[in-house]
Amino acid sequence: MPRPGFVLDVDRSTPPILFWRGEGFSLEKLPADRSRVIYPPEPLPGIPDVDGAIRNALLNPHDMEPLPALLVPNMKLTIVFDDASLSLPKMRRPDNRQRIIEAVLDLAAAAGVDDIHIIAALGLHRRMHDYELRHVLGDRIFDAFHPRGLLYQHDAEDPDNLAVIGTTDHGEILEINKRAADSDLIVYANLNQVAMDGGWKSITTGLASYRCLSHHHNPESLQNTRSLMGDRDHSALHKSIWRMGKVLRDHGPKIFQVETTINTQAFPSSFGFLAKREWEWNARDRATYLATTKSLNRLPNSAKRKIFHSIESPYEVTSVQAGFTPSVHEITLEHVYKQHLVPVAGQTDILTMGIPFICPYNPEGVMNPILVMCMGLGYLFNMYRGKPLVKEGGVVIMTHPTYKEFNPVHHPSYIDFYDEVLADTTDPAVMSQKWEKKYAEDEWYRHLYRTGNAYHGVHPFYAWYWGAHGQQHAGKVIIVGGDPPTVRRLGFTPASTMDDAFEIASDVVGRSPSITHLHVPGVLVADVE
Amino acid sequence: MKALQVKRAPARFGMARIASAVAPATAARIGPLEYRSVDDPSSPGDGWHRVTTRLAGICGSDLSLVEGHASTYFDDFVSFPFVPGHEVVGHLDDGSRVVLEPVLGHAARGVALPFDGACPADGDDYAHLATTSRTGVEAGLQTGFCCSTGGGWGPWFWAHESQLHAIPDDVPDERAVLIEPLAGGIHAALTAGAVLRDTQDPVVAVIGAGTVGLAVIAGLKRYVPGVRIVVGGRYPHQLALAKAVGADIVVPSSKLDLAVRREVGCHIIGDSPAGGQYLSSGAHATIDAVGSSDSIADAIRITRPRGRVVLVGMPADVKLDLTGLWHRETELKGAYTYGTETMADGTTARTFDLAADTANFYEAERLLSATYRLGEHVDAIAHASSAGRRGAVKIAFDMRETKEHN
Repeated sequence: MPRPGFVLDVDRSTPPILFWRGEGFSLEKLPADRSRVIYPPEPLPGIPDVDGAIRNALLNPHDMEPLPALLVPNMKLTIVFDDASLSLPKMRRPDNRQRIIEAVLDLAAAAGVDDIHIIAALGLHRRMHDYELRHVLGDRIFDAFHPRGLLYQHDAEDPDNLAVIGTTDHGEILEINKRAADSDLIVYANLNQVAMDGGWKSITTGLASYRCLSHHHNPESLQNTRSLMGDRDHSALHKSIWRMGKVLRDHGPKIFQVETTINTQAFPSSFGFLAKREWEWNARDRATYLATTKSLNRLPNSAKRKIFHSIESPYEVTSVQAGFTPSVHEITLEHVYKQHLVPVAGQTDILTMGIPFICPYNPEGVMNPILVMCMGLGYLFNMYRGKPLVKEGGVVIMTHPTYKEFNPVHHPSYIDFYDEVLADTTDPAVMSQKWEKKYAEDEWYRHLYRTGNAYHGVHPFYAWYWGAHGQQHAGKVIIVGGDPPTVRRLGFTPASTMDDAFEIASDVVGRSPSITHLHVPGVLVADVE
Repeated sequence: MKALQVKRAPARFGMARIASAVAPATAARIGPLEYRSVDDPSSPGDGWHRVTTRLAGICGSDLSLVEGHASTYFDDFVSFPFVPGHEVVGHLDDGSRVVLEPVLGHAARGVALPFDGACPADGDDYAHLATTSRTGVEAGLQTGFCCSTGGGWGPWFWAHESQLHAIPDDVPDERAVLIEPLAGGIHAALTAGAVLRDTQDPVVAVIGAGTVGLAVIAGLKRYVPGVRIVVGGRYPHQLALAKAVGADIVVPSSKLDLAVRREVGCHIIGDSPAGGQYLSSGAHATIDAVGSSDSIADAIRITRPRGRVVLVGMPADVKLDLTGLWHRETELKGAYTYGTETMADGTTARTFDLAADTANFYEAERLLSATYRLGEHVDAIAHASSAGRRGAVKIAFDMRETKEHN
């Protein structure tokens, strides 16, 4: 029986705590008697028969007819799936999306449906490489559909292949992929790793245009999204998306949503120490930690990345549900929270977190400085329900090397964003007004997004806005071990050690601040009272 | 008098070239430059004045000579042995202070001016620079490269009245010594500006932010209306100064292509901006104030098709793939010294007058980083050779306390 999440009060006997530092780790001693560590729940057991569960979900959906009843000859069927931003790290094959789509294709074939397109719901993310498509969908689907042009990736900048579905009562235009809009049925194959994803967000962001996304991917919405992982009623982003969902439901094509949840078994046994609580490390864990960190320290960044990005996670599937999108998503959230929620009493003066090598926007790529901000203040800071783990005006301390490196193929506009925009301002509202349009409409970025493997020109702005709430909430942000000029460019304060960081933080929170450490990995959502 | 002198000594030029790659100080010590007693030059005749050197700058072309990198192109435009030094502020025997416009032009050679009111560097025939004049002035494109006149790296030299510009009393020597390099930069700026007159929102890229690069930026800012200036420089202090004199965008040299692309909103040809790719369009003009193979190649790839590349940094021997220049119909144009300029409004002006105004406007003495006595020439050359790395801009010899003045 997996143990639930746990809040450890640090005392003198508590061993040093593991922190991610990008493509490496460190062990940090936290001050006794005023620090606490939040550990995630242990991975929940998976469903023994995943394919059976998927088939059952398709035949017994929530608030919709069974999928076979929706499939008729000569219909236009579009299958849409989440892109490579999920899961992190990538799931060991077969991926849930492959399993779902293979099951759907079997039923479609039995019903005589032959007009089928499969579309990756990229939104403004980078196009997936063929090997990533193969990984997510399997060779059979790739070989059957990709050569014939029936498996492709959404293009948010193709004006001929976008269609307006309608406008919300707040004036938000819902514009999505035209093939999907014109379909008799969309089946959405989802892989859900965090509470933020799934539901109406799948299509209204994954198949949307820039002008559609800009209604909620903006500083005002993100500053009023509290939090991304918490209640929808407290998230301006999700409220906008749900308004668009209503338009989609009332005026768009029929949607059959299939959502799956996975547990938090993210690392193979060779990294077993990552999933353990430090005081439970045995001699082998300690030896593995030492050997791993010493080996990694000797390697160049590129080699370290290669090792980490090659990890295929042995996740297990914890639920499958299908049918009407809102009904399905409520069940999904129950499962996600069951895996992630940890009750936590109150806030502290300081929140510490180790930033890993990956975030949703650098699969197979470099965790550039903007993504460090996004991962820290956008994702990890938002891993709460109720209230943030740190008090307003408190200090966030992150550990990451924060090197000034970029992947020029994946993140060309990030390079310019760092050099031009961040040199001018770190204020999301200012950059939105002053710079966003130029980047969003840049023809070169547009070309690279549409034909290469680059994120959309506006994407670094979105990554930055993602941290807008955290940026606004924290009185100071410190990065331990980061390249000082790069950290300063982000508007943060560099520190060489954790003790230095606490010393620097004392200007804001005094000499004896209370401290919370968000233990990563795995994934958790702090239910802060 | 005791002066720094360069003799025709091929072996020393060769040794200096080798040594300069390792240690500039060694190049200065073993190269063709010597601090020695030299014969006083005779007066070339009427209209020539004895100028007592006060400050004399060390220029990139001087360094290239001392370090043995100068092109053989100049062999017929110099006469050995000569005393270098062409960035000079000095005083005449009556005590009045002057700045030297160093080109030994038509008037100094006693030949007809190419047009009324021509400056020393004007004209389209350089025969007078490569031959001995009727008054006995040997070949030499400028003071500082001619055996007959002496040069600024000695206590005094001869200068023709056509070369002399009086300095007001309120202009310090330290500012005046920057007028000559400023004039060179302004000339390059106006050479680029000549193709921008009917251009909407013109963008000019500048490669290099040493003395010449800064002079170019100042010239663009003051005399090319409406231009956006994007500068790539190597050292932080250079970038800060570039901003101070009017650059709109300053970036490390390696990021100049990205900055120009951002400014004009074009593509980078090829999928990866990792380096070396051409821009689909680019700056309307680029001014290369470095003069290396790499900087010229960079200039061509960041300048838009049918744009102009101006070379103001002395290039010497370079190796280039000119396919891009051919395909883009890029205009490659040199910018040497100064002369009579055509301004944006169609009027004309003398570059040296513009430079004097510019020196006052920016209080150019802030660009003079260090001065040395002539006897400290090894240290001075070493400092000038590594000026960027050592946080400096302009290095000069200071002879105001020299005994031979008296």
